[in-house]
Order: sequence, then structure tokens, then C-alpha cells
Amino acid sequence: MEWLNILIQGALLGGIYALFAIGLSMSFGIMRLVNIAHGDLIVLSAYVALVVTQQTGIDPISSLVIVAPVMFAVGYAVQRGLLNHTLSGGLLPPLLVTFGISVIIQNGLLQTFGAYTQRLHEGAIETASVRIPGGIAIGVYPLVVFAVAVAGIAALQFLFYRTGLGRAFRAVSDDADTAELMGIDNRKLYALALGIAMIFTAIAGVLFAIRTIFDPAAGPIRLILAFEAVIIGGLGSMWGTLIGGVVLGVAQTIGAAIDPTWQILAGHLAFLAILIVRPSGLFPRTRD
Amino acid sequence: MTLLRANALSAFYGDFQALFDVDLGVEQGETIAIIGANGAGKTTFLRAVAGAIATKPGMVMFDGEPIGGRPPHDIVRLGIAMVPEGRRLFQSLSVEENLLLGAHSRRSGPWSLKRVYDLFPRLAELRHLPSTALSGGQQQMAAIGRALMANPRLLLCDELSLGLAPVVIRDIYGCLGTITSEGTTVVLVEQDINRALDASVRFYCFQEGRLALTAATANFDRAAITAAYFGL
Repeated sequence: MEWLNILIQGALLGGIYALFAIGLSMSFGIMRLVNIAHGDLIVLSAYVALVVTQQTGIDPISSLVIVAPVMFAVGYAVQRGLLNHTLSGGLLPPLLVTFGISVIIQNGLLQTFGAYTQRLHEGAIETASVRIPGGIAIGVYPLVVFAVAVAGIAALQFLFYRTGLGRAFRAVSDDADTAELMGIDNRKLYALALGIAMIFTAIAGVLFAIRTIFDPAAGPIRLILAFEAVIIGGLGSMWGTLIGGVVLGVAQTIGAAIDPTWQILAGHLAFLAILIVRPSGLFPRTRD
Repeated sequence: MTLLRANALSAFYGDFQALFDVDLGVEQGETIAIIGANGAGKTTFLRAVAGAIATKPGMVMFDGEPIGGRPPHDIVRLGIAMVPEGRRLFQSLSVEENLLLGAHSRRSGPWSLKRVYDLFPRLAELRHLPSTALSGGQQQMAAIGRALMANPRLLLCDELSLGLAPVVIRDIYGCLGTITSEGTTVVLVEQDINRALDASVRFYCFQEGRLALTAATANFDRAAITAAYFGL
């Protein structure tokens, strides 16, 4: 029973890692953008939510009504105004530009909010739990986070495979030059893609900040976790990303059960092990 | 009325000049052929017209308007669609999704999914398959259908016969009549000279980025074409 408990808790922990990874997976899948600032954008979302909750008194999850559109606008503007200009220069320019954005966000947050650790408070749901047969207690909040990750990925799958916009996203991902010749404005589409990715980043940021304390330097470790989830799952596969998050979560929980100091290390080791056995991840989709 | 006119069109890949002062005109409703050896600049010409290669505005006139240097998605909206060399279907899209993507610019006109399936009944049977599951000829049909879905006034066809069996090529060229009967103007780029000449009223022979010869196909001189083709 103890191992079942570990597996369940680990899988639920994976929900937040999958949420971290969705935006990254999407922007890589569509525009081959390796977004080094992704973790900082998660943290930025948390700070935007902090301001909104403090100013309006609404709870963090409700604040997404404002935070998500704000982050969509940030994503759209960053792609349109900045990253679109780096498209033709190969892999390195977008990498450097997003690294620059990462530095700017971290220092901007430090300047504005100081180095204090912050938290968002959602109330009773944070500590509520349900018992399932076998005497295992499951936290309601991790369950909600996991459900949101599943629902988010299902929504993205619907967007990709059932709508005209999704069709255009997949076409651009396959062959951007030919997509242009078929009448698609790639630059506008990329801006929309990063905007949509940022909606998921906003959700990830708020849900993360309810369960964990954060500060302006909290981004890079989220970036690494997101990268690991994406790569374990296989590039370009959204459900793979969810599995990647779950693998990380389970590995960490197993590590923690053996020795609490092993939690983070166990996750990284699982990542390395999978990278050795299956270099392109468990469910690779993206070619090239 | 002249639908497409190239005025001293020059085009570059970086520092490399691929086209030198090409003058060419296509009348509304006619089918012309551009022939020439590998590297003669045929594809470059099509890509320049489609906006994939930047040129000066006045170098490409469409329906009396300068369109050189405008982005490809703008040019599709004006009514120029391309069947690219090697088909270039989108691999992760089904056949039908490829066709629907061709209608991305939402131009109105005679072509719809139904009309494309009438023209290529085989595609209707295969419409839910991934485009990678098609044979070369079927892929070429899908690529033509995808371009038609944009309801173009001018259809640019790059090497329709490339890599296909003669009987398949004949089928595909057999469909050109239906397309032109809608009033669509067609530019064929081909290495298969006979095929191109049979289907067109006029041909332009490119050689090393320059226009070497142009004539009506009805009274062409075979020896002159050979000379222009190979630069003898």
C-alpha cells in the first residue's frame, strides 16, 4: 500500500510539472522556439496574480480571468515585436533573446517586489483531502491541479486536431515555407501560438504559487522541470508531456521515500536514464 | 488583358543572382509553359511571383498592380496559388486537411472540397488518410487540389510530372482542361518539354537565369528549342 501511495502522490505531483511544460512544448512544437525565459514567465504570471489578488481582493484562481489575458498579450507582443525578428537566423538568436528576456524578468521582479518569498492563498482547498479505499489520503488541491493539466492538454488537442487554427499550426510546424505559400501569415500565427502558450503558462504560474513559495529567482528551476517533462514525453507530443510530468513526479516521490534529500536528484536521474534509453523521449512526434 | 507581367525581373539567393532581367507576360485565361534545364531559374521565377523571394515592386505586375516583394500570404489573397515542386504536402495533416488548408485565404470562387473531389474522385476515397500514405500521383492531385482551394486566378505549377509514371502524368495533365475552363490562367514549369508544349499556347525557355527563347507552341522549331535549352 505504501508504494501505491507513492505512485499516486507522484503522479499527482506530475500534474504541476506537466502544466509547467505545456507552454514550452507548444512553442517548441510549432515554431521550434527553445524558450529559455519560460520558467521566468511562469513566475511572472504568479506575480501578476499576486498584484491582482492584492488590488482586487479576489482569490488567486479567479484572478486568472485577468492574469491569463494579460499573459496572452505578453506572449503575443513578445513574439510579434521581438522573436519574429530572430526567425531566419537559425537556432541561436531566439535562444539568446529569450535568455535576455529571462534576465530582464528576474531583475525586473527583484527591483519591483524585492527578494522576499511570496505565496498565493486559496484557502481551505489547500489542505483538504479525500480518503480512498486502502487508507490512502489524496490532497484535493493536487487532484485539482492534475485535472487542470489533463483538461488543458485535452483542450489543446481539440484546438490542434479539430479547428482551422490548429490545422494551420500543424501545417506551419511541418513546413513553414510551404504554409506561407498556401496563404498563412506565419508571423501572426507564431504570435498567436506564443499567446496561447502563455495562457497555459499563466495557469501553471498561479497553481504553482498556491502550493509553493516563490521569489524572483524561482524561474530557472521551473524551466528545467518543464524541459525534462517535455523531453521525457517526446518533443511535440502533448499527452507525452503529461506522461513526462508524471514520470518526473513519481521519480521524485520515490526518491523522497528513500531519503527526503533525494527528491530532486531522483527526478533528474530518471530524466537522464530515459535520455540514455530513449533519446527522443517516450512518444516523439516532431520530426527534424 | 495581361494578367501577369514580369518586367526585367532579377532575383537573388543572397549574393547569387538566379534570374537576370526576365521579361514575360501571361494573358488572362491562357496556359503558358516555362521550360529549361536544371538550374535555369524556372522555380526561382515561380517563387519570385509567389512572393517567396523578394523583388522590387514593379518587377512583378499582377492584374496591373505591382506585387513584387509583397509577402506570400498577401499574394495568395490576390489570387495566385502555387503547386510547389515535389508536392510538399503537410505530413501531419490528412488529405482533406491539406485541401482545407489551401482555402486558408478564404477567397471565394468556383472551387470547393466537392469540386476538387469531383475532379479527383480518388482523393475523396482517401480523404481521411495521412498525406504520406498516398502514391506520388495521388499526392500530386492533392497538391493541385490544395492550390485550387485558394480559388486562384493564376495557378503556378512547378514540375507536375516530377517522379511520376507516364500514365499518371497523362491523367494529371488531362485535368488541366477542367481547371482552365473555369477561366484560370496557368503557368507550367516543366523539364518534360513535350508534355509542357502540348498543354500550352506559348512557351518561354530559360537558360542560366536568362530568357533564351519564346514562341507560340503551334509553330515551334524543335531545333531552336534544343539550342535554347542546352545553350548550344
